[in-house]
Order: sequence, then structure tokens, then C-alpha cells
Amino acid sequence: MTAVDVTAIAKSYGKVQVLSDITTHFPEGSFTSLLGPSGSGKTTLLRIIAGFVIPDTGRVTIGERDVTRVPVWARNIGMVFQSYALFPHMSVADNVAFGLAQRGVKGEPARREVQRALEMVHLGGFGTRKPKQLSGGQQQRVALARAIVTRPSVLLLDEPLSALDRRLRQEMQVELLRIQRESGLTTIFVTHDQEEALTLSDKVAILDRGRIVQIGAPAEVYERPRTRFAAEFLGDTNFLTGTVAEGRVSLPNGMRIATASPLPTSGAPVTLAVRPEKITVAARDAAPQDGLTNRVEGTIIASLYSGTALTYEVDAAGQRFKIFAQNRDAQPLARGAAVTLSWSPDHTVPIEDAP
Amino acid sequence: MPADAASRTPPTPDRALGAVPSAGLRLPSWLVTLTMLLPTYAWLTLAILLPLGAMLSFSFMTATPLGKKEVAFTFKHYRAFIDQPYLIGVAWTSLLIGLWTTFLCAVVGFFTALALARATAGRLRETLLILVILPFWTNGLVRVFSWTMVIREGGFLDLLARSVWPDAPSLGFLYSLPAIILGLVHGYLPYMVLTCYIALVTIDDSILEAAESLGARKWTVLWRIIVPMAAPGLISGSVLIFVPVIGAFMEPRILGGPRGVTLGTVIEEQFTQAFNWPLGAALSFTILALVLGIFATFSGVLRRSSSL
Repeated sequence: MTAVDVTAIAKSYGKVQVLSDITTHFPEGSFTSLLGPSGSGKTTLLRIIAGFVIPDTGRVTIGERDVTRVPVWARNIGMVFQSYALFPHMSVADNVAFGLAQRGVKGEPARREVQRALEMVHLGGFGTRKPKQLSGGQQQRVALARAIVTRPSVLLLDEPLSALDRRLRQEMQVELLRIQRESGLTTIFVTHDQEEALTLSDKVAILDRGRIVQIGAPAEVYERPRTRFAAEFLGDTNFLTGTVAEGRVSLPNGMRIATASPLPTSGAPVTLAVRPEKITVAARDAAPQDGLTNRVEGTIIASLYSGTALTYEVDAAGQRFKIFAQNRDAQPLARGAAVTLSWSPDHTVPIEDAP
Repeated sequence: MPADAASRTPPTPDRALGAVPSAGLRLPSWLVTLTMLLPTYAWLTLAILLPLGAMLSFSFMTATPLGKKEVAFTFKHYRAFIDQPYLIGVAWTSLLIGLWTTFLCAVVGFFTALALARATAGRLRETLLILVILPFWTNGLVRVFSWTMVIREGGFLDLLARSVWPDAPSLGFLYSLPAIILGLVHGYLPYMVLTCYIALVTIDDSILEAAESLGARKWTVLWRIIVPMAAPGLISGSVLIFVPVIGAFMEPRILGGPRGVTLGTVIEEQFTQAFNWPLGAALSFTILALVLGIFATFSGVLRRSSSL
């Protein structure tokens, strides 16, 4: 249980800059996700913390200890791999005991620890099995038990759930969260699955082309994306681009959009992000709802029915909107219907970078 | 988790091919199986069972059945080890050569394969692999004779030593057991490199990284993870090498000279010089029994590591 810090980390392979100037703090006992598309450098960052990759510049500290030049085996980490990486020639119990043996824990104390770790992942009776006699989900739980039994300073998870099918994956998310809370281990989790990152983490770090573009609590990162990339990568977003005029944003089609966030000076170009589920869509003649002050009129050009939810596409004087609506009304709005869209200025977030 | 348990049940194996419903006539499945196995067994009979059978019958004859001598049934050739006790020493030499050759091939071959599989990539790896296999493509006799040029007194080895230290004593060791073993290791090493290489390339990098992340140093990773996981390759390589080496006669004859009396050369002499085919055949089957006996002793180990 220790905090992890990376300071001014940079890494390039030949001419390709994989990571540039990464500085971030992983608080003690926290669960942080490194989220990004493939090639964003998230796995490289994890492997630098683990010690498999030596950074060109910068420092890695685990607790008080500078481990930048410390070999992997001396870092006291626990790591879980996407491919499980169990030792196929050893029994489940021997797999879990491996890390203990390296630390000189053997015999009866080791056996007790192994049993405790296996019970923690609900595999108490599986010690004598060989890894290949287990299902994928069970193998990944053995890998987790093996990683935590040594009480590492930090738990590193490299897309541990992406080889599992959807249902098992959700089960494992719950397990993972429970085990992380019980053990109190500082955990760093690499994933490209935004939903998984939001569900599991205390903090989400979004990486894009070797940089952390935004880091914060899931709700904060989701509700207030700072860049176009962050907004797009975490779910769907409507972008409204215009110029600042009299404290509002006026779009090329003449609409004037209000936002609760501070805006730059008049005349400056600005892009606003509005999440599709924040917009209320109603038939044109319906009574206006209170509190939602941004109001535009448009026509439904597409309506997708998916059971619990509906996805509408609306054209409002040349500006396209995507809207997610709960399937609550008796009659979903049909294509061609004249509608009014309304949403709160609180959910209208100016994006920092250029359009 | 119940779902996990359910997904572990193996899929029902397909029925025999004959049971697959076909449009036209339906043959009983045993007939289909038999027909499909027939070419294999015909070939085995022709290439292995018949020659072996002939040899086996020779081994019970009093004389080679090609001459004018009367041929009768006898067990006496199988008593060769009792009648001619020097053969026990010969057999011991052969066994020693087999064990040393296999052991040295295992050590050198394993680390060569490890370097190939772990430390190289792409074109370099392909080139090195071809260099390893190259001895296979050269004539064995030429290969063995070239060693005599290197290791005889005043050979290339001595020239090299004396270019460093002019008064060096001769390092030549031609006509000795080590010379035979050197020649055999050179010839049979590719088997071990290839079988180990195949076993090693299948080891996922993340397994080694997992071991390291758990606190294992390089040597622990090697002994606890890499060697056990490569064991099938080591074992099949050892079998491939040990069996022919026990019966080898070319290397012992050329590199061993007077010291090179092995079961292989004794058997070869029975066929080419002494014209005593029955004794040669009986000795061959004795070696076969010896080798099978050794494998039967270690079959437990073999089975355990092949069940990986």
C-alpha cells in the first residue's frame, strides 16, 4: 500500500515518440485507469512502472523509493496480464505460491497464504488443478490471486478482462473491485474500454498519442471533458462550434447557446460539447420544460429503436444533433416529426482545444 | 461459478467418419476406418516390419543364409554377451558415448535454441537457424573426416594453438572417446536445437514477465519456468539423438581409430567383414531391447512432461 509517482516520463522507439512528458500521481489505495486507444502509450506507461521498459527520461517512484533503475523482480509489484500468463506446468496452488517462494516464504505459512488468496477469488478448492483445467474467468482469478498474495506495493493490471466474454467480464469487474477494496492495493489498470474505466476507477487518465490529456474522477472526466479527444473517446458527444457574442455562443445558423462555464472574450471561436443523453427531445407543441434554457427547433431525420433506449438524429437548421432518450413514451417520435430540443447550460461544456 | 463449470465440459467428440450420413451407399464405420489406415500399414509393413522380420529370423540362424552352409535354428547369438565378455565393455563404451553425446547436445542445443528464440528476431533468426541446420546438408563422411584434420596431432587445432604460443604441447585428441563424442555432437546437435527451439518459441513472453514480476531473477525464471516448459523438446531431442548414436559406427571408426570399438562398429563388421549376419542381427536386437528398456524405465518422466 503505497503511492506511485511518475515524473516527466518520456519514451521513444526510434523515431516514434510513445510517451512524452508524463507526470502523474497515483494515490495510496486508489484505483486508476489508464484509458486510451491502441497506440496511445497506456501499456508502455504501465510497463515502465512495472520495470519491463526503461524510460528515456524521467523517474518512477513507488512509495518513497526511486525504482527507475531497479529491475522488475526487485520492485515488489503484482501484475495481471491479458493472456493470464499462468505457469502451465504448475498446479494452481504452485502458481500462487511462486511469488511467495521468491520471498523466502515456504512450507506451512506459504500454504496458508495461498489458500487465503484462492478463497478470496472463490477458488478455494481448485489448488490441485492445472491451469488448463480451468475456464478463462477462473484462470484470470488465479492470476489475480497470484499477483496479490505477495502483498505487492502496487497492483498493475494490463487489460485483464478483455479476453473474457461480456457477461463474465461484468462479473469479474465486480470481483476485481471487491478484491481491490478489500486488499487496499494501489491499482493501475490499463484498458481501452471506456465503460469499464468509468465503472471501476477512482480516477481515469485519458491518454492520447503519448500524453495524458485529462485525469480526474470518472464523473468529472465524463461530464467536463477538456479536449475534443477526451469528449469523443468517452462516449458520444455533440459538438457545437461558433463564436462568443454577448456571453453566449452564436452558431453559424444563428442559434445562440448558453453555457454555465466561463467563456473567452467576445469574437473568439469556441466549441461546445453536449452529451446526447442530456438533451430532452419533445414534440414541437409540447409545453416547455422548466430549467432547460437552451432551446432549438428541428426535425427528426433518423430514429433508432434499441429496446431500453432510443437514438434520434435531429437536424436543426443545418446543425446535426444526436440524442439518447429513454424509451418511456407510448409512441416514439417518428422520422420527420417537428421537435424542440432543450438542455441545460450546465451540460454545455466548452472544449479547450481548437475544433 | 456454475457457468465456468459448464463451459469446462469437453465437447462431445465427433463420431467415426463412417457414421457421417452420406448421400449414397453407407459403409460400416470399421470398414471405412480400415480402408483409411490401409496405406499407412502397408507402408509400415513394407518398410519396417518385413526388414525387421527378416533380421529377426536371421538372428536365430547358425549361419548367413546366402552361403552353401547348412542353416539351423539357434539361440547362441543371443548369448554373445556371455560367450564373448569383451562385448560388455563395448556396450558400456557405446552407452557412455550415447549418454555424453546426448547430454552435451542437450546443454549446447538448449542454450542455442534459447538464444535463437529469445534474443533474435526476423531475418537474423532465420539466417542463424539455417546455419544450425547446415551440418544436415553436408555429407556425413566429409564432415567427420574434416574433424580428423582439425584434431589430429599437428592439425589445425595445434596450428592455432602454436600461433599463440609456439611451444604449446599438442592438443590433438584424435582416436579417443572425446573425439568420437565431438563428431557425434556436431552431427546430431541440429535435432536438439530444432526440438528445443520449437518448444521454446511457444512460450509466451508474458509468462516469463509474470515470473519476473513475482520476484524471480533470470536464473530462477530459467530453471523454474523455461526449462520445465521446454522439457518436451529436450526429451524428444534426446530420444532422437540417443537412439541412433548408440548404434553409430562411422564416427567411432574414423575418429576413434583403435579406441573406437562400439556396438555399432561390431555390428557393422559382422555384416561387411565377418559375414556373420546372424550375430549382427542378434546384437542389433539386443541394442533395441537395451534402448527400449531405458525408455521404459524413464517412461514415467516422459509421460509426465508430455502431459503439459
